Amino acid sequence: MFAGYSAGELTAIFAMQGFAGLILFSVFVLMALGLAIIFGQMGVINMAHGEFMILGAYVTYLVSNTFATHLPDLFSIYFFVAMALAFLASGALGMLVEWGLIRHLYRRPLDTLLATWGLSLILQQIYRSVFGAREVGVTVPNWMMGSLPLTDMIEVPINGLFVMALAVGISVAIYALMFRSRWGRQVRAINQNRVMAGAVGINTERTDRLTFGIGCGIAGVAGSAFTMIGSTGPTSGQLYIVDTFLVVVFGGAGSILGTIASAFTISQAQSVLEFFLSGSMAKVITLLVVVGILMLRPQGLFALKLRK
Amino acid sequence: MQIDRKTRFLTREEAIYFGLLAAVIFLILPLALDSFRLNLFGKYLTYAFVAIGLVLCWGAGGILSLGQGVFFGLGGYAMAMFLKLEASTPEATAIQSTPGIPDFMDWNQITALPWWWEPFNSLAFSLIAVVIVPVAFAFIIGVAMFRRRVGGVYFAIITQAIAAILTILIIGQQGFTGGVNGITDLRTLKGWDIRTDEAKEILYFVNAVLLFACLFAAQYVRRSKLGRLLIAMRDQEDRVRFSGYDVASFKIFVFCLGAAFAGIGGAMFTLQVGFMSPTLVGIVPSIEMVIFAAVGGRLSILGAVYGTLLVNWAKTTLSESFPELWLLGLGALFIAVVMFFPNGLAGLWSEQVMPRLRKLFAGRGAGARPPAAPVPANSASAPDSPAAKAAAE
Repeated sequence: MFAGYSAGELTAIFAMQGFAGLILFSVFVLMALGLAIIFGQMGVINMAHGEFMILGAYVTYLVSNTFATHLPDLFSIYFFVAMALAFLASGALGMLVEWGLIRHLYRRPLDTLLATWGLSLILQQIYRSVFGAREVGVTVPNWMMGSLPLTDMIEVPINGLFVMALAVGISVAIYALMFRSRWGRQVRAINQNRVMAGAVGINTERTDRLTFGIGCGIAGVAGSAFTMIGSTGPTSGQLYIVDTFLVVVFGGAGSILGTIASAFTISQAQSVLEFFLSGSMAKVITLLVVVGILMLRPQGLFALKLRK
Repeated sequence: MQIDRKTRFLTREEAIYFGLLAAVIFLILPLALDSFRLNLFGKYLTYAFVAIGLVLCWGAGGILSLGQGVFFGLGGYAMAMFLKLEASTPEATAIQSTPGIPDFMDWNQITALPWWWEPFNSLAFSLIAVVIVPVAFAFIIGVAMFRRRVGGVYFAIITQAIAAILTILIIGQQGFTGGVNGITDLRTLKGWDIRTDEAKEILYFVNAVLLFACLFAAQYVRRSKLGRLLIAMRDQEDRVRFSGYDVASFKIFVFCLGAAFAGIGGAMFTLQVGFMSPTLVGIVPSIEMVIFAAVGGRLSILGAVYGTLLVNWAKTTLSESFPELWLLGLGALFIAVVMFFPNGLAGLWSEQVMPRLRKLFAGRGAGARPPAAPVPANSASAPDSPAAKAAAE
């Protein structure tokens, strides 16, 4: 497997693949964090999570077009506006969905799964009708193009660095929200004991809605970040959903640190394997190993100790 | 208590319903439809095998598998491999650089038949493999998951991941599996041309007979002690466990049974439609099969058959005339079936139609029988169940 490469080349390969893995890692983290909140804290299976991400991506696409035609001077910073709007759009849709659909199904998780799958089909068709079946891409601002050479054999793309920075930023923000804010305390209290949380005066319904909205909003930001590294089509979201759920389950539902650790493991394994095997085999082997480990250790890498 | 009635294989009412379905499948459809449409309904009925298995696993047992397409595909591929080898005689493939191997292998520069294809030269082996391979696969998954008490949504997600893995594998290993096109151009079964109209009609009836065999098997399971234990496990798993039953074994059994049904359905699909491809294995077809069972009624094996026919018929009709409406309709169906009629068509029949019919013929029926059981809680946390039932109603 390593025959034919010199030691220097191998280092460069591992460094470059490792960096590609870091970008994939950031993508997984962004995708999985929203889901980790919704699934881990609320126990809701949101199969339409991918579609909330795609909504963020389409919002970014619209904002980018608007800036290009009306505010060309500010084009280099459109992305930050787009991210905020993506968060609001996905978050608002999420709260609407929670109110109309999810809150009626909290005690029937398997039914939630089917209902949100139906929702994802509807959203996909709406995207297809509105934006067309073809994939759309955004114009990346100039400062985000190109790459930084580190040594003469290793160079890193700037948009990848940006996505990584975003992933770190959002992880820190979520950590602060979950463990340092009033909302986070309420969410964790409800997760531990819903009835008692209600008894001490937490408005559980409102907290649920807000939690679901924030989870979806983060998905929107993730979708927004994806436009920097790839194009968006109506069914793009569906491609991510299995990976995302595996990342969350593998990490141990409810543990944000676990989600990040599992995203790291899966993405690094996949991208290093990808260089030596075909892309599909790398993915098959990674997923098989993850499923295999989950069969041996169903609670995931980092399990929270909770009373059922 | 009606324990006595419940242990009988078929109550009089159920016998009538079985008879009605038999009349629809064996008489009405073949008489009313032309050969092309009949073949289409034959194809729909192959999905009904999966739906019946899902009624047992999900409706009765509370185990939602989102990977039934895997078993359908394994059964279908086992059949397709045999048919493909029969179609790839050295004479028929003389223009290839390696005659005698399936055409897609030749296109992918494979020069010898892989060892694991060899046994599929035998029809007997292939027919056994149609059932055994899915069952063995289900057994491995079942043992790994249920022994460790993994259930509910975790099980659903992991089976879905397995469906994704198998699809990627089939598409990636083009030379061995036919890739994204699948195994196509299947012609004869032991010299008997399966593409003629007559052959398709015969296969339709073979399929229908097998379907009824599976229905009776499913009915037998539901009426047996196992069936009642499954329902008990769905609602109060811990109590069943504390009563001394080995919960995991029952779950593994019913999951394997569902896989066997799905494998048979897959093989009949291959025979009737003439190809097998990864589009029938992956996440989307697997979850669509769940909606067939849900529309029919997750607690009713006969409902599952009607549900499958109805949803597929609607899919064909709608996507012929309004392709963009179909996904919206399917999405709405998922939501509606969960939110408004969780017991599906069978529930509507026993809760809405039957009481009214009874009222119409009042005096003869002598009082109402209790309506169908409320929707299963499907809840992992046992103490929630009564409340969940209340919420579901």
